[in-house]
Amino acid sequence: MMDFNRKFPVFCLLLASALATVPARADLLLEQAAGRYVIEPGRSKLGFSVSQVGGGGIKGVFKTFSGSFLIDGGDISRSEVSISVDPGSVDTGAERVDAFIRGKAVFDAKRKPPVRFRTTKVTRTGDDTARIDGLLNARGIDKPAHFDIRLLERRGRRITFRVSGTIRRAPYDMQIGYPIYSNKVDFDMVFTGRRR
Amino acid sequence: MLRNTKSGYGLVAIFFHWLIAALFLGQAALGFYMADLPPDEALVFTLFQWHKSLGLLILVLALLRLFWFAMNRMPELPGPMPVREKRAARLAHLSLYAAIVAVPLTGWALVSASPLAIPTFAFNLVVVPHLPVTVSEAAEAFWGFIHGNLAKLALLVALLHIAAALRHEFILRDGLIRRMIRPARE
Repeated sequence: MMDFNRKFPVFCLLLASALATVPARADLLLEQAAGRYVIEPGRSKLGFSVSQVGGGGIKGVFKTFSGSFLIDGGDISRSEVSISVDPGSVDTGAERVDAFIRGKAVFDAKRKPPVRFRTTKVTRTGDDTARIDGLLNARGIDKPAHFDIRLLERRGRRITFRVSGTIRRAPYDMQIGYPIYSNKVDFDMVFTGRRR
Repeated sequence: MLRNTKSGYGLVAIFFHWLIAALFLGQAALGFYMADLPPDEALVFTLFQWHKSLGLLILVLALLRLFWFAMNRMPELPGPMPVREKRAARLAHLSLYAAIVAVPLTGWALVSASPLAIPTFAFNLVVVPHLPVTVSEAAEAFWGFIHGNLAKLALLVALLHIAAALRHEFILRDGLIRRMIRPARE
């Protein structure tokens, strides 16, 4: 008992430094990664899928998009992402399905502005993960949306994240086909950015 | 009352006749209307799904009707009718029986053959599997041709059937139409 009491301050010191080490190291990584990045479409992929009754569903990608992000080394929550997607570039492997998705019933790509996402908040959720909240605009309608991101790789001036999230179609007037096709669209995306 | 007799139709046969007649005519109108609309409109997608649901309903009713047909006698046609007219009438009836099965079936084949692979979710209640047919643009076009033309042929026979019934009612005045309104008594 006496022994422990004598050693208690040392124990506290060790515990405190152990706890402090993890965030300190992660912050260091972030500081190194801080900067403004431009998304490289050739090294990125914007995939989506919609499930349907009876199994299976529609899977595809959007081929044309552009964007940039800012990693704030000092305060991760002040980081920013902005991305613009041309819904007319949808590719599901079936031309008539693509035409339908581009068309009036879904994105109305000819008449409506491109799909845009911009952050309102970034929240760190782990060593290499974060949640990004923002506004997603499709068919000219702004709705809050959030995605989960995971750092995949950082090499030289490039950084790669996997981004996933689920968006409901109905708030964007795109509920066509429901309930044959799910209201939920699952996004599985990989974005590589190059630091400027 | 329920079953057919030698001289008239029972309530069940009458019920099937009018219900399927109404559904079939409505379905034909819907089908020809939607087939010419631009396929990327939300309304058109919804109309196609209604057409699929109603078509399957007609198919189920038609099979029940055929079962009932097999379990019942066919009432005799009025004695004074010439043999040639009787044969024409029977041929029309049998053709219409065939049509209410074949037209929905070919529509189902058309849906199944389409590379769009849109599931059939009848009345948003029952997932109906696709028929085991070849899936290709060509197969879809083939079944589309058969489905549309069979429907037109069926409408033509239905028109002749209606014209003949009206002739019996207003020219021959033999009261034949009443047989499809009032159930026969034992």
